[in-house]
Amino acid sequence: MSLAKRIIPCLDVDNGRVVKGVKFVDIRDAGDPVEVARRYDREGADEITFLDITATHDNRDTIVHVVEQVASEVFIPLTVGGGIRTLDDIRRMLNAGADKVGINSAAVFNPEFVCEAALRFGSQCIVVAIDAKKVSTLGEVDRWEIFTHGGRKATGIDAIAWAEKMVTYGAGEILLTSMDRDGTREGFDLLLTRAISEAVSVPVIASGGVGNLEHLAEGVITGKADAVLAASIFHFAEYTIQQAKEHMASRGIEMRL
Amino acid sequence: MSTVAVIDYGMGNLHSIAKALQHAAPEVDVQIVTNAEQILRADRIVFPGVGAMRDCMQALNQSGLSDVIREVAKTKPLLGICLGMQALLSDSEENGTTQGLDIFSGHVLRFSEALSDKDGHKLKIPHMGWNQVHQRPHPLWNKIAQDSRFYFVHSYYAKPNESSAIAATTDYPDAFACALSHNNIFAVQFHPEKSQTVGLQLLNNFLHWDGQS
Repeated sequence: MSLAKRIIPCLDVDNGRVVKGVKFVDIRDAGDPVEVARRYDREGADEITFLDITATHDNRDTIVHVVEQVASEVFIPLTVGGGIRTLDDIRRMLNAGADKVGINSAAVFNPEFVCEAALRFGSQCIVVAIDAKKVSTLGEVDRWEIFTHGGRKATGIDAIAWAEKMVTYGAGEILLTSMDRDGTREGFDLLLTRAISEAVSVPVIASGGVGNLEHLAEGVITGKADAVLAASIFHFAEYTIQQAKEHMASRGIEMRL
Repeated sequence: MSTVAVIDYGMGNLHSIAKALQHAAPEVDVQIVTNAEQILRADRIVFPGVGAMRDCMQALNQSGLSDVIREVAKTKPLLGICLGMQALLSDSEENGTTQGLDIFSGHVLRFSEALSDKDGHKLKIPHMGWNQVHQRPHPLWNKIAQDSRFYFVHSYYAKPNESSAIAATTDYPDAFACALSHNNIFAVQFHPEKSQTVGLQLLNNFLHWDGQS
């Protein structure tokens, strides 16, 4: 008997619709978020993450309504990320029915915000999302840095040191996205995932690059991730969550089947 | 119509537990309550909580609700969840030493950072995710398969002095008490409101329980 590894489908929500872009272009419509969340719950998702990518402030209420609707009928943990900048943003999401919030660029601009959020709401609901990109060149020791603005802007901050710092500041979990792999369907950056997972004491969710079911298994077996997150392979019904769990279990990974 | 009072003492968001209770038993009147009178009037009590033990006990002591909980714990079916379970123990090592309600004699301890899982990897803290619950006979496990997985998120766990109080155990990596019971009281470390169908079944069982173990 032991703790199961988790599969977390991620819904990128723009103005109330699920979308999935490849490297932030070519955004394809994948449906109504409430409908999609219901389907993932039926298929056995261990948690669901919503990433609000709505650009305009005016349309931010939409995600609150989505979370409210999902939380009234789906009884598994829900995480909301995207645009979380203030304690009030967190309060709104938790009140709408989210269990955790993902904090990304606000943590980079003001690390103290993570402390304040963890003190006020508890580390269990604070997920720090890290977008990392490889900066070392061939032959050098592997090194990754934190990037903001969808992977366009370098910060000069070392990814491993940053993850460790965020845990001491109160992060209860790390959502790690490889910006090199995101949208490529080539699989997780396993070296990055393993380096972060072995460096921190809290659970790490691997994200970015999943193109097939074996990629999910690799994330746990080689990357040492505690959970794996994927979007597009589930949205367009290439695979069901159930198939993904069965595949991972067949590779010897403890799953909730 | 029977009523269930979800105690609101400022520790965390109670909407999901209230929604899950309502979903589990639409015929029950679910109330989020803040004062003694409302708690004493209800047929059943849910005592939830997330956050730190010291804040939790401070909020209960300042509002006078600790005495009310001790009182209703003598007679009414009561379900403690997560921090609401830990607060029922004598004390917790979280925030130095924090005194609890002492309804179950025993301590609340932190998982050791030095532990490893069965594959030899350093154990992650918090214990977060779906883990198996090994039941001992109790009416609240009705229609729930042995070793079903429930959703956990916690860094501290209860260690009751009396092993007869243990209603279920979970391995992380050693077995710890993930559910406690005594007469009309039942308490769980995991989150039934986030544990999909098995969680809703447990809530439904509680909402139809007469408090007899």
